[in-house]
Amino acid sequence: MARTISYREALNEALRQEMHRDSSVIVMGEDNAGGAGAPGADDAWGGVLGVTKGLYHEFPGRVLDTPISESAFVGAAIGAATRGMRPVAELMFIDFMGVCFDQIFNQAAKFRYMFGGKAVTPVVIRTMYGAGLRAAAQHSQSLYPIFTTVPGLKVVVPSSPYEAKGLLAQAIRDDDPVIFCEHKAMYDAVGEVPEESYTIPFGEANIVREGEDVTIVAFGRMVSVAAQAADELAASGVQADVLDPRTTSPLDTESILESVENTGRLVVVDEATPRCNLATDVAALVAKEAFGALRAPIEMVTAPHTPVPFSDALEDLYIPDAQRVVNATKSVVQWQR
Amino acid sequence: MTETLSTPAAGELNAEGLLDAYRTMRTIRVFEERVHDEFATGEIPGFVHLYAGEEASATGVCSHLDARDSIASTHRGHGHCIAKGVDPVEMMAEIYGKRTGSCHGKGGSMHIADLSKGMLGANGIVGGGPPLICGTALAAKQQNNGGVGVAFFGDGASNQGTTLESLNLASVWNLPAIFVAENNGYAEATASTWSVAADNIADRAAGFGMPGVIVDGFDFFAVHEAAGEAISRAREGGGPTLIEVKFTRYFGHFEGDQQAYRADEVANARDKLDCLKRFRARVTESGQLESSALDTVDSEVAALIESAVTEAKAAPKPTGVDLETDVYVSY
Repeated sequence: MARTISYREALNEALRQEMHRDSSVIVMGEDNAGGAGAPGADDAWGGVLGVTKGLYHEFPGRVLDTPISESAFVGAAIGAATRGMRPVAELMFIDFMGVCFDQIFNQAAKFRYMFGGKAVTPVVIRTMYGAGLRAAAQHSQSLYPIFTTVPGLKVVVPSSPYEAKGLLAQAIRDDDPVIFCEHKAMYDAVGEVPEESYTIPFGEANIVREGEDVTIVAFGRMVSVAAQAADELAASGVQADVLDPRTTSPLDTESILESVENTGRLVVVDEATPRCNLATDVAALVAKEAFGALRAPIEMVTAPHTPVPFSDALEDLYIPDAQRVVNATKSVVQWQR
Repeated sequence: MTETLSTPAAGELNAEGLLDAYRTMRTIRVFEERVHDEFATGEIPGFVHLYAGEEASATGVCSHLDARDSIASTHRGHGHCIAKGVDPVEMMAEIYGKRTGSCHGKGGSMHIADLSKGMLGANGIVGGGPPLICGTALAAKQQNNGGVGVAFFGDGASNQGTTLESLNLASVWNLPAIFVAENNGYAEATASTWSVAADNIADRAAGFGMPGVIVDGFDFFAVHEAAGEAISRAREGGGPTLIEVKFTRYFGHFEGDQQAYRADEVANARDKLDCLKRFRARVTESGQLESSALDTVDSEVAALIESAVTEAKAAPKPTGVDLETDVYVSY
């Protein structure tokens, strides 16, 4: 039987294997060792997420704790990447992009173009996104659409432990700046993950379920929600093609269009707020490029246009769930002119 | 601790080093004055910020640097580029938006860079450079190659959080980083005596556990000595230094700035303080260089800038095929 590990362990294993493979890979972030300068253990935490646990002693001098100073250390990761290193910086919560966005979108993202193709900036910024842990408005957002709009950045949204390991290895080996978005409600999710090192290429969607009636495109944690919805729909005779694009930039437009050409129907599931998100992006793509194939209006299942609420009663309503995907899919399949 | 250095008794540079320093300062000056003149004709597009008057800073610091070392610059970046070895001919073409420019016309005055020379770019974001230099200094430390990173920034950037965060991180990580605050008296049109809530930018060094030094930015030798001490210390693992270089810029914040906020300090600076005049007087009076040798450099620099402008004007612009290239290494 194949080995089963968690999303957290899969990320840790990718980091460990890449650090063994390439001595230019370094890791930095708040409490990434955990305990710098403190009287107790000097690797107490391994990041607040525990993703970097154990790397500090295995790779002396290559796991750096930082002050709570995101502009400085995210910028430092970017600067080091221009000088032969492959830094992996941990931006604890994606919401904290607000205090360091300049270094990401005005510096790292633009170097290559702005400097006439002469810059190579192989930096990875790992960050935690998403709702579900009652972490409220400043620690729960799904902000990957903002990064997706920025030319020069690649954006990854791994949907399972297997995806997390292969995509992180690819991100570290990639020569462009990568924003690697880990869903905070998935760290304990388990799945089959090979022990050996492997990479998953960017811009190639994974077909999670195959079906002829409707295409469901979902991102990040929403992939498992869409798969659950597809299983429920199958029980009522609706066969859904479920696509996980894996990366929002680059986006595998070819696979999406190919699927919609076949099914004639599209539902997009995106945990982000509804304006200018991946749902609207994919919907616009399909409306423009596959209009002739469409047999029903496109449906989008997203969060509402609000901050993420704290109370469980509200947050559970905020996050798209399988029932909403089922309902949206049924409305598309049953739609008649 | 903040100390003010007196003018050193003698530079450590030999005649060749002195002549190189003079050539660099002279190249920056003539380049900038020519851009000033050409901008007035309307042929140069966009925003241009000139470094004339500040040459001793870039030159005094960069004369200590080699291929291991990297610098980050500012929107007022032409001088740093030239001092770190970027080709002035390609720079001029870049300023004209030409395909032969340093960045193939995709960067312009505010984004001239040459990564192969360790020049991480002029930077359109005030305070954009210091975090990057923490990173290049970290890379040098990890690679154990004795390299340093130098962040040039202005008095305006000295108030940005990125700069202050970087000073802290550089000390916490004991990085081989040098922070050069070029205080030319004005952040755009606002006086640094008003916007910097300390007597000196260098005073802030104490708050970040590093030495702070103030130098006369019109004196190449003062900058050279202070930078030399800081860079040697950094190379040997002694950590970062904040150097405040005080002077004034000869032109406005940007070309076209009417400078109504200023008094008459520029005329006085050009007449009595100018770094090139003082350099020439000092090295000829001390007998280190002959006037004729400096005159020869002047002629060569004049010819270089003349040909740079001629080539830039004649060079082709980028075309539609260049619009979408070089966004990614692969996509």
